[in-house]
Amino acid sequence: MYRFLLCFRYLRTRYIALASIISVTLGVATLIVVNSVMAGFSAEMHDRLHGLASDILIECHTSGGMPDPDEQLRKINEVCGDQIAGSSVSVHVPAMLGVDFNGQLVTRHVNLVGIDPETYDSVSHFGRYLLHPENQDHATFELRQKGYAPDRDNFPRSGWDYRHAKTLYERELKIERDRIAALSQPSVSENLPTGPLMSFGAPAVLSERADGQVAEEFDPMVDQFPGLVLGISTCSVRYRDAENNVMDRFYCRPGDDVRMMFPGAADDIKVVNQKFTVVDMYESGMSEYDSTFAFCRLDQLQEFRGMISPETGTRSVTTIQLKLAAGADLNAVRDALRRRFPPDVFAWDIQTWRDMQGPLLAAVRLETMILNILLFLIIAVAGFGILATFFMIVVEKTRDIGTLKALGASGGGVMSIFLSYGLLLGIVGSGAGLVGGLIFVDNINKIAGVIEKITGQEVFDPTVYYFSEIPTIIHPFTLVWVMIGAITIAAMASVLPAMRAARMHPVRALRFE
Amino acid sequence: MKRRMRRSVKTQARSLCHFFSSDMKNSEIVLSARDIYKSYHKDKIEVPVLRGVDVDVSTGLVTALVGRSGSGKSTLMHLMATLDQPDRGEIYFRGERMDNASRRRRDQFRNRDIGIIFQFYHLLPELSAIENVMAPQMIGRSLWNYVCNRKEIRKRAEAMLDRVGLSHRATHKPAEMSGGEMQRAAIARALMTDPSLLLADEPTGNLDTETGHEILKLLAELNQNDGLTILMITHDESIAKNADVCHRMKDGQLETRGQTLQVA
Repeated sequence: MYRFLLCFRYLRTRYIALASIISVTLGVATLIVVNSVMAGFSAEMHDRLHGLASDILIECHTSGGMPDPDEQLRKINEVCGDQIAGSSVSVHVPAMLGVDFNGQLVTRHVNLVGIDPETYDSVSHFGRYLLHPENQDHATFELRQKGYAPDRDNFPRSGWDYRHAKTLYERELKIERDRIAALSQPSVSENLPTGPLMSFGAPAVLSERADGQVAEEFDPMVDQFPGLVLGISTCSVRYRDAENNVMDRFYCRPGDDVRMMFPGAADDIKVVNQKFTVVDMYESGMSEYDSTFAFCRLDQLQEFRGMISPETGTRSVTTIQLKLAAGADLNAVRDALRRRFPPDVFAWDIQTWRDMQGPLLAAVRLETMILNILLFLIIAVAGFGILATFFMIVVEKTRDIGTLKALGASGGGVMSIFLSYGLLLGIVGSGAGLVGGLIFVDNINKIAGVIEKITGQEVFDPTVYYFSEIPTIIHPFTLVWVMIGAITIAAMASVLPAMRAARMHPVRALRFE
Repeated sequence: MKRRMRRSVKTQARSLCHFFSSDMKNSEIVLSARDIYKSYHKDKIEVPVLRGVDVDVSTGLVTALVGRSGSGKSTLMHLMATLDQPDRGEIYFRGERMDNASRRRRDQFRNRDIGIIFQFYHLLPELSAIENVMAPQMIGRSLWNYVCNRKEIRKRAEAMLDRVGLSHRATHKPAEMSGGEMQRAAIARALMTDPSLLLADEPTGNLDTETGHEILKLLAELNQNDGLTILMITHDESIAKNADVCHRMKDGQLETRGQTLQVA
């Protein structure tokens, strides 16, 4: 009983010891904040990565792709049909995007993906990242009238409205230019761009419309090229204006026509040069995706690349994406598929989404682990502070230790006073850290705002991160192990001083001055 | 000033004559030291402190160990309280050998069988007077046992404080008490477990004459009314003179073996 009474009294009267555990408090609070933010980031990233990629991705590396995807899917269903919840086929092809911007050509390397919007949404999140609310519900590759990105303030005017206005403007511009050209020197007019800005020369299958019929004359007022959804960063740059506001500058927008150059599927590779009309943009928040992907309709891309067999009419694809049923073992399905389609026979790459994002996920895991180790080292340093303080307290309490022994307290009893004192300090310190950390995490965005105001430096730069708020997730398990770790360190730090107290000779202790 | 102090000590000694007078019939030996040797080592030099000392403490008597500082009387008391171990010789408590008893038995012996008071009181500064008095019970009992009996223990502690005239100071911390009050609280603490004898190490050594007088009076009362056996260490001849038995120590040996004083 006396040990608890005494260690409680020591706790209340020895403020120096409380000061020594402030570092434990700070360490615990920091650990909780860091782990919550990292878990939030990690979960958000997992969510997005997993949302963007299907569970299992089967990629064919040959230029012509895999013929007859229905037959392949049947074989796949034989292997693991009971675990498959959805599937979609697509064509992935590296491409160069050309955007006309004020008479100049802006080029970007992109991955052009031909998808079937109906099935693609069943294996990954596609529609939800589009800007037009109707496309979010039901993605089509048709240009909408207007109403793109209603939640963005600075998004430029887009859709058919914009296309009409632009076409009218360009026509008037052309008339004016022709007039000037007629008046001025012929040599000057040659240097000026002629015709509509978006003219890159006669398209091969350009004017082919969605219904497959070739338009006699392509009229941008009513016609569109095949629809293309561009990753938002492929055609925009993000910057800060003079007032430090985050702004986006778009090279093109829904309603503009762009050019795509990509290889055909034939063995003697030819470049296909195709115009598309941007019908929407894709913003997932993952820069890796937003800056490299462009989507068009699967059947159109297959036609452009010549992936339709002239004999049988079957269409080839390069990628099969599978969505597995809830609770299915990703790796087991992958391994089963790899056994069925051995890599030395099939030029296929069968991966789970985790395999594809392995380096990124591993980097985040490593980062979290290193941060945890470093922060625990801080608590360990705090442990040495406790050790020193405890030695001081033991020396200060020498006579009391002698008294307790004279009253019949055993060495173990005296030791347990200081051990429970250390434990209690650990509990109080890490408890305060827990409360502080949780409050911090709860108000992290407000705190970030305050820090921004004070330092003028943006804590959470939206040009770098696509999250508007700092995501946090508190895992109770993390709290438990952080608390246990910190309390253990505090208790361990009190072991040596407690042993010293226990071994103290009662007579020498009583005579200590 | 000095003369006045000397006079007051004489007066005190005279007035204490009747304090430590006991009924000598049927006294048995409760604690005894047999042929005790003890030396300390200082920089490899052996300093003998006790050189073959025999002391008996009989029940119901006040036994005084008197000697100058450095004569080894405090060391002897520490050995008899099992706070230290002799190099040679034996300590017996009611016939049971204590000096080589188990650590547990010695802890128990100090907790239940004897009470100790010190020159510097040695109260625990974090605890109030009553908590200090209850401390031996807290130490001697398990947590469960203490919690079950806490009301009785508190009642006894209050009774002990009342016995030493300190009930009005029960909730005060030692820092808020005077020297005499602290020593009274220490006496109450020593008597809390109803020990067979009280070891007092210079109980008035740190007190002014008047207060020392009161403490001695209290001890005498406890001896007379409750039959408390006391072994008192003192360098004050006048206090020692009034003990029932007085052993005089010099250079680690008993100079004169005490005789039982028969007070008329």
